[in-house]
Amino acid sequence: MKHLAILAALLAPMPALADIDPANWEAVTAEAEGQTVYWNAWGGSTTTNDFIAWVGSRVAEDYGVTLEHVKLTDTADAVTRVLSEKQAGQDDGSAIDLIWINGANFAAMKEADLLFGPYAEDLPNWALVDYENKSVQTDFTVPVDGYESPWAMAQVVFIHDTARMPDALGSMQVLLDWTQDNPGRFTYPQPPDFLGATFLKQVLVDILPDASVLAEPATDDNYDDVTAPLWAYLDTLTPNLWREGRAYPATGPAQLQLIADGEVDLAISFSPGEATAAIANNQLPDTVRTFVLDKGTIGNASFVAIPYNASAKAGAMLVANFLMSPEAQARAQDPDVLGYGTVLAMDKLAADDRALFDALDLGIATLTPAELGTVLAEPHPSWMTRISDDWMTRYGVAQ
Amino acid sequence: MDRGLSLRDVVVFKDEVPLIRVHYDIAPGAVLTVMGPSGVGKSTLLAFITGTLALDFRATGAVWLDGHNITHAAPHQRRVGILFQDDLLFPHLSVGANLAFGLPPGGSRAARHTRINEALAEVGLDDFADRDPATLSGGQKARVALMRMLLSEPCALLLDEPFSRLDAALRAQVREMVFDRARARALPVLLVTHDADDAAAAGGDIITLGD
Amino acid sequence: MPSKIVPRRRLLPLLPALTLLALLGPVAAGLWGTIMPAFGHLPAAGLVGPSFAPFRDLFGWAGLPRAAMLSLSTGILATVISLAIVMLVTAGWSGTRPFRMLERALSPLLAVPHAAAAFGLAFLIAPSGWLARIVSPGLTGWDRPPDLLIVQDSWGLVMTAGLIVKEVPFLLLITLAALGQADAQRSVRVAQALGYGRLTGWLKTVFPRVYAQIRPPVYVVLAYAMSVVDVAVILGPNTPPSLSVQIVKWMSHPDLSMRLEAAAGALLQLALVIGALALWRIGEIIIAALGRRWIASGARGRADPVVAGVALFAGAVSALAVLLGLVVLAIWSFAGFWAFPDALPDAMTTSNWLRFGPGTLHALGETALIAVTTAVIALILTIGCLEAEYRHKIRVSQRAIWLLYLPLLIPQTAFLPGLQTLMLNIGADVGRVPVMLAHLVFVLPYVFLSLSDPFRAWDKRIGVIAAALGSGPDGVLWRVRLPMLLRPILTALAVGLAVSVGQYLPTLLIGGGRVATLTTEAVALASGGDRRAIGVYGLMQTGAALVPFALALLIPALVWRNRKGLRHG
Repeated sequence: MKHLAILAALLAPMPALADIDPANWEAVTAEAEGQTVYWNAWGGSTTTNDFIAWVGSRVAEDYGVTLEHVKLTDTADAVTRVLSEKQAGQDDGSAIDLIWINGANFAAMKEADLLFGPYAEDLPNWALVDYENKSVQTDFTVPVDGYESPWAMAQVVFIHDTARMPDALGSMQVLLDWTQDNPGRFTYPQPPDFLGATFLKQVLVDILPDASVLAEPATDDNYDDVTAPLWAYLDTLTPNLWREGRAYPATGPAQLQLIADGEVDLAISFSPGEATAAIANNQLPDTVRTFVLDKGTIGNASFVAIPYNASAKAGAMLVANFLMSPEAQARAQDPDVLGYGTVLAMDKLAADDRALFDALDLGIATLTPAELGTVLAEPHPSWMTRISDDWMTRYGVAQ
Repeated sequence: MDRGLSLRDVVVFKDEVPLIRVHYDIAPGAVLTVMGPSGVGKSTLLAFITGTLALDFRATGAVWLDGHNITHAAPHQRRVGILFQDDLLFPHLSVGANLAFGLPPGGSRAARHTRINEALAEVGLDDFADRDPATLSGGQKARVALMRMLLSEPCALLLDEPFSRLDAALRAQVREMVFDRARARALPVLLVTHDADDAAAAGGDIITLGD
Repeated sequence: MPSKIVPRRRLLPLLPALTLLALLGPVAAGLWGTIMPAFGHLPAAGLVGPSFAPFRDLFGWAGLPRAAMLSLSTGILATVISLAIVMLVTAGWSGTRPFRMLERALSPLLAVPHAAAAFGLAFLIAPSGWLARIVSPGLTGWDRPPDLLIVQDSWGLVMTAGLIVKEVPFLLLITLAALGQADAQRSVRVAQALGYGRLTGWLKTVFPRVYAQIRPPVYVVLAYAMSVVDVAVILGPNTPPSLSVQIVKWMSHPDLSMRLEAAAGALLQLALVIGALALWRIGEIIIAALGRRWIASGARGRADPVVAGVALFAGAVSALAVLLGLVVLAIWSFAGFWAFPDALPDAMTTSNWLRFGPGTLHALGETALIAVTTAVIALILTIGCLEAEYRHKIRVSQRAIWLLYLPLLIPQTAFLPGLQTLMLNIGADVGRVPVMLAHLVFVLPYVFLSLSDPFRAWDKRIGVIAAALGSGPDGVLWRVRLPMLLRPILTALAVGLAVSVGQYLPTLLIGGGRVATLTTEAVALASGGDRRAIGVYGLMQTGAALVPFALALLIPALVWRNRKGLRHG
C-alpha cells in the first residue's frame, strides 16, 4: 500500500518543483525577498508564540521575508485545509506556506501528496544537522525523504526529586524494582494521553531484547507476542503505582504538581528543559533533577513542511533554513526562551557558533546534549494505537 | 346628553354572573356615588370605564363621554382620570416629574415648569418639585396625586375610595379639595366608596350595591 | 366581547413564540441530531444507517456499567443530600439569626461557577490539600501526603460533594422564594402552639406546600447532577469516568465515527435521566404516604434539636467549603513555591498573574461578549413575553412553567452532541454565534424565572393611572414599569450573565473547541494540574460571575439614591 503511494508519487508530475529549485539557493534567496510566509503553527503556548515572533523579526531583517504566525489549536486543521484545497483544484496560491508538523499528520500529508519537496537536505544548514545520531530522517518510522526539515528535538527524560529520591534509575526494570520498594511514589499520565502512551512505548523499547521489530507496523501475528512482556511489566507495576493505579494524572504537567506536593518522587517528561522551567515557575522544588536510561530514551523531532501548493515556497524554505541556523537553534535551546533540544551536531559547528551553545546556562535540572545520550527511534505509529487501546481495556476501567 | 359621563345599560359579569347593573348619566360637575361593602365589585365598574377590566370579568353596555362612545377606546385615549385609595405616585420620579408625566405634551420647558409650579402652589406645596415622593406625608401625596391627575386635563373623574387611607381630619380637607376642583372644572365624577360620610360629602345621587 | 381592547399587531405578540423557539428549538434539533447517528447515520463521516452497531459498541465498552452507575449514584445522592440539608435547615431555623447568617453566606455562592467551586474543593480536601497542610505535620505526623484516593475517588463521592455545595445555595434560594407564598410562619406558630417542635411542625405543615412549589427546580438539580461534565472532569473518577464525560471524550475523538458511539451514549444518558426522574416521582409518592402516616401519628418531634443542629452544621460546612475553596484558589494564584506540609507558600508573588493574566483577559473578553449578548437577548425576550402576557391578558398555567424547565431537564450531554453533529452535517460552522444560541437555551429559563415574579407583582393600578394620564402601553412600559423594576431587571441580567459565564459543555461542543471562555480554559487546565494557573483562571471566572451581581445591587442604589420608595423594591 505504502509502496504504491510512493510509486504514485514518483509517477505523478511534480508541478511544485517546476517553479523553484531548492538546490539553487541563490535563486531561492532572491525569490524569497518580499514574500509573505504564512506559518501555521500550534498557538497554545505563549513561549513558542514569542519565539515565532522573534523568528519573524530576524527573517525580515536578513532576507526581507514577512512571517505571519497563523495560530492553530490543532495541526490537523492545516492538513484538512490543504487537502480540501487540493480537492477544490487549487494547486497553487494556498493559504498556508509552512506547517509545524510531525508524526501522523506528516505521514498523512506525505501519503496524500500534499507536500512540496524534497527540499530539506538542500537547505544550506542541513550540513550542520546531526542526522547521524538524531532521528531526523524518519518521523515515527516514516521516512522523511526531504519533505520536512527538523527544527527541534524532544526526548524522554525522567524527573526526580533528589530530596526524596537521590539516585537515577538506569533501566525500566530498575524502575520496576524501585516501585516495589517504594509503593505509591510513581505514576504516569493516563493513556491515551500522548505522554502516557510514550511511557508505555518507553517500557517496551527498554525491556525488549531486540526492539527492531517495532520499526515495522504491528501485525496480528506478532502483536501479542511482542507486547506480552509489557503487560507482564504493567501487571507488576500497577499495584505499586500512586493510588494503586485507581487514578492517574491526566497529562504530563499534572505530574509536576504531584512531585511538588511530595505525592510522587518520579515522573516522565518529553522535554529535557521542562523541569528547569518548572523550577523557575515555582512549580517544582529546586532539588529536582532529570536522568535518562542507560540504553537511551525515545526521542523525536519537530519539523516544518511546505504544502505542495504554497504561495511562498522560497520564503518558506528560507524560514525553514533559518530555524536550523545555530543562532535560532541556540535561542530555542535557551531555557528562558523555549528549552527545546537542538537538531545540530556540535562537532559540525564553527567555534564561535559552538560558543553560542556553550554559553547557554541550561539550568540545574537540564542535561547537556552529551548527557542526553542515545536517542531511540519512535516505534511505528500502529504500535502506539493498539497499545493505547489495550491499555484502556486492561487498566482504564479498573476493578 | 352632549356633555358628561353616561353609562348606558352597563352590566359587569363575573364568570357570567351579573355583578353590577348601572344606567346613569352624570352631568358635568355632578357626582354619582356607588356604595357597597368591599368585594361587591364596585371597582370593576371603574375598571370597565378606564378600559382595564381584568380577565375574569366581562361587561356589556356602553360608556359615552362628552358625546363620544369610548367603550372600545384604548385606555390612554379615554381622557378619564382616576384616583385610588393609594396615592400611586411614580416612585422613580420626583414630585415635579410626576406632575410633568400628567401634563399633556407641548409647550416650552419654561412654560411646563411654570404650570407645574403653579399646580403645586395651588395645593400649598410650593418648592416641592424636586422632592422624592416617598418623603411626603400622606396628605401631601394625596394632593400631588390629585394635581397630577388634573394636569392631564381629564374629561371625567373616577374616585376609587380615594380618602379611605387618610385620617379623619385630613380626610375632610382632601375630600373638599377634590370635589371643589372637580366642580370648578365642571367634571362629571363617579365616586366608589363604602363610607357613608364620603357619600354624604359628595352630595349627589347614590347607588347602593350588594346587601 | 365589547370590553376587550383590540391590540395593535406588532412585534410584541411574536416574542412569546420566538422565546419558545429559542428555548426548545435547539433541544429538539439536538435530540434529532443525536438519534440519527446513534443508529449509525452520519453522512459527514460517510456513514449511512440505520444500524445498531453504535449501541453494540457502546454496550461492548468495558467501562459502561460503572460509568452508568456513577451517573445514577452521584445524581441521586447529590440531589437527596442537598435537598435534605436545605429542607431541614429551613425547617429548623428559618426566621432565626443563624438562618439569616447562613442565607447571607450562601446567596452569593449561587453565582460562583461550578468549576471554580470544584477546584476550590479539590484544593481543600485532596491529600495534599490545604486542610491536610494546616494540620500537618503537627496533628497527623504527615511530612508527605498520604496515598489516599480522595479526589477522583472511584465512587464519585467527592464529585457528589462538589455538586452538593453548589446545589445547596440554589435550592435554598428557590425555597426562600417559595416560602413567601406558603404562609409558613403562621403555620409553624400554630403547630408549635399545639406542642410540635419547630422542625417537625414545619415538615408537617409547610413542607408539602413548599415542595410542590420547588419540585421543578429539584428535578432540574437531579437531571443536572446526573449529567454534569465540568465538575466530573475536575472531581470525578477517570477509570472509567462518568458516562457524560465519556460521551464528551468520544465527541472530541479525531475519528468522526466515534461520534456514533457518543450519540448512542447520549441516548442512554437521556434514558437514565428519565428513569431517575421516574424513580424520584415514585419516591415522592412513597414519602408522601409515609408522611401522611407520620402526620397522623401525632409525633411531636423530640429529636428536633439534634436534627436541626446536624442540618445547620451541614449547611455551614457546605458554605465554608466553597468560601475556603475560593480562599485557597486565591492563595495558589499568588503562591511562590509551596511544599507539603507548609500551611502557606514560601513566598507570595504576582508572577503567576503576570504569566496567566493576559490569557485570562483574552478569555474574559470572549466570555463577556457571549454572556452580555446572550443575557441581553434573554432579557428582551423575557420582558417581551411578560409584557405580552400583561397587555393581552394571557393567563399562564402551571404547565407552561414546565415548558420553561424542559431544556434544563434534558441532560446537556443528550442534545448538545447532537446539535454539534447536526451542524457538522449541514456544513454550518461552529463558532461564537452558535455558542450564543446554545447558551440562550440555558440562560433564558433562569432570566425568566428570576424576573417573572417581580414583573407580575408590579402594582397594575400604576399602569391604570399612567394610562389615565394619557400614556400609551409603550409609554407605560418604558417610562414607568421598566424604571421601577430596574433592580429586579438588573438582577435577572446578572443571573443570566452568571449562567452564561458558567456554561462549559455548550461552549466546548458548539464552539468546536475554538471558542475559549474563562470556563472552558479553566476546565482545560484541570488536566494540567497547575494550581497557580487554575487559581488565576478560577478567580477570574468567579469574578466574572460575581461582579454583575455586585453591579445589580450598586447601580439601582446609585440611580435611585434619592428615591426612598425604590430602595427596598
